[in-house]
Amino acid sequence: MPFASHWAIETFSLGKDFGKNTAVSSLTLKVRRGEVFGFLGPNGGGKTTSIKMLLGLVAATSGTARVLGQPVGHVPTRARMGFLPEHFRFHEWLTGREMLRFHARLYGLPERLLDIRIEELLKRVDMLDSSDRKIREYSKGMMQRIGLAQALLNNPDLVFLDEPTSGLDPLGRLLVRNLIGELRQQGTTVFLNSHLLSEVEISCDRVAFVKSGRIVREMALKDEADQLEVEIRLRPLTSELLKSLESFGNDIRSEDGLVRLRVSTEESLPEITRWLVNQGVRVYQVQASRKSLEATFLEIMGEDHRPG
Amino acid sequence: MHGILTMIHLTLHEARRRRLLLSALIFGVAFLALFATGFHFIHRDLIAHGLTSQQCKLILTSVMMAGFYAVNFLMVMTAVLVPLDTLSGEINSGVIQTLATKPLYRVQIILGKWIGFWVILELYLGLMTGGLALIGRVLAGVAPPHMVLGVLLMGLEGTFLLTLSIAGGTRLSTIANGVTVLGLYGIAFIGGWMEQIGTLVGNPASRNIGILASLLVPSESLWHLAAFSMQPPLMRDLNLTPFSPASVPSGAMILWAAGYTLAALAWAIWQFNKRNL
Repeated sequence: MPFASHWAIETFSLGKDFGKNTAVSSLTLKVRRGEVFGFLGPNGGGKTTSIKMLLGLVAATSGTARVLGQPVGHVPTRARMGFLPEHFRFHEWLTGREMLRFHARLYGLPERLLDIRIEELLKRVDMLDSSDRKIREYSKGMMQRIGLAQALLNNPDLVFLDEPTSGLDPLGRLLVRNLIGELRQQGTTVFLNSHLLSEVEISCDRVAFVKSGRIVREMALKDEADQLEVEIRLRPLTSELLKSLESFGNDIRSEDGLVRLRVSTEESLPEITRWLVNQGVRVYQVQASRKSLEATFLEIMGEDHRPG
Repeated sequence: MHGILTMIHLTLHEARRRRLLLSALIFGVAFLALFATGFHFIHRDLIAHGLTSQQCKLILTSVMMAGFYAVNFLMVMTAVLVPLDTLSGEINSGVIQTLATKPLYRVQIILGKWIGFWVILELYLGLMTGGLALIGRVLAGVAPPHMVLGVLLMGLEGTFLLTLSIAGGTRLSTIANGVTVLGLYGIAFIGGWMEQIGTLVGNPASRNIGILASLLVPSESLWHLAAFSMQPPLMRDLNLTPFSPASVPSGAMILWAAGYTLAALAWAIWQFNKRNL
């Protein structure tokens, strides 16, 4: 079925209170069809509750949301969605293959295609040789991989991955990263919630930072990766000078004779220096660096956040 | 319908894989074998003592009623304990999250599980009561009257308790659910006896307390009605055994219990639909 909307996910002031506690205060967000979207934030920031609201597991107390063009909780639409929970668990007395068969039936996959699809996915998550073992015998990493296969059974248009690399070793993480790349190529929208920022940086097209149940910043990682953070120590620093520097870059900040701005290319550095000298400004230091997602995360979350 | 069938299949598969069906079969057969042995020796002694066939029949029917009473108790425990953690356990472990995000209405999850457990319960009841009937018939030619009606009433009693157990699982933890449903059964049990004793000694207060308890939890009333229907009139009139009810619940109690069961199931669906998972 074609998308009714350009957006895979749209939320408008979505909120959730648990009694007096607010888990999500006002989530307004749009995720494009076919993009890999990273949802980042500290523990307790409302990420999992937000995902649960989008999946219809938790009812919102305010706001609205649409997923694949339909209101949240629309059951037929779930046939086009996949979900890997943060701690994937299933009946331990089933084998991995039996579990996949059961879920494939719930998705309504035709019996003739069921085994082919399961075989294909077992191979893809490297679980073919363990598929006839009981789930209770699986390691944490194997649980995640079979859970991932479960989330992709229906070849979804939109898949929610909540900490998909949790419990995985470096090889497992590489497998997930490659799988996300394949999903992107197929045009599948991936909503990724992960603490591993280095993974997010590689896999995602766009990210949103959520803090205290509210989105505090959204950015496209491709654009962000191309940008340089430039730090200039100079004197005198005037407001007119700062305003003029806006023509060279964006996100200009200043503190104690130090100016920080973001530029799109290295070639801007000599241009800025030349311009400053021509203005009679004394330049003591010009330093450029690419800002990691982790640095951005720490900057956005601030120092008031305690480790989760 | 497809979703319900898949859930029923999973529930039955779980019962098989976790050896629930095998255990029920082994201990059910052991129970019946023990009963048959005792029944055989009692029957032999009664004949040896020169009792008339009518006297033998009355005594052997009493023995059979003891067997039905034990089966009823086992069925009650099965109805309460087997589905106890089916929802609360899956909610607690997070298993339900993967299920409830499939193209499946939550009502289908509840109904699939309910039907699956109901089939197991009724099969167990059928095996045990069928076994008792066979033993009575083959060893002594004794068959309780209106046995089908009696077993149906026992089946309704089990269905009622099974539904309470599943309904409790939508809101309570496994332990709290077990304590609650067994507690309710306890109220029905003691209420039932208060009603009987109150009727026998002519104490209306005791009798009314019992009726009130039966309205709150009608399971024991259904057993009394089942026991009443499966005894010959002479046994019932003379209150020859502890299973001959002095106060017989009316037919309206069947309607009340059936309605109550449907209401409990509807409540379970409503609660499960609105709860956060």
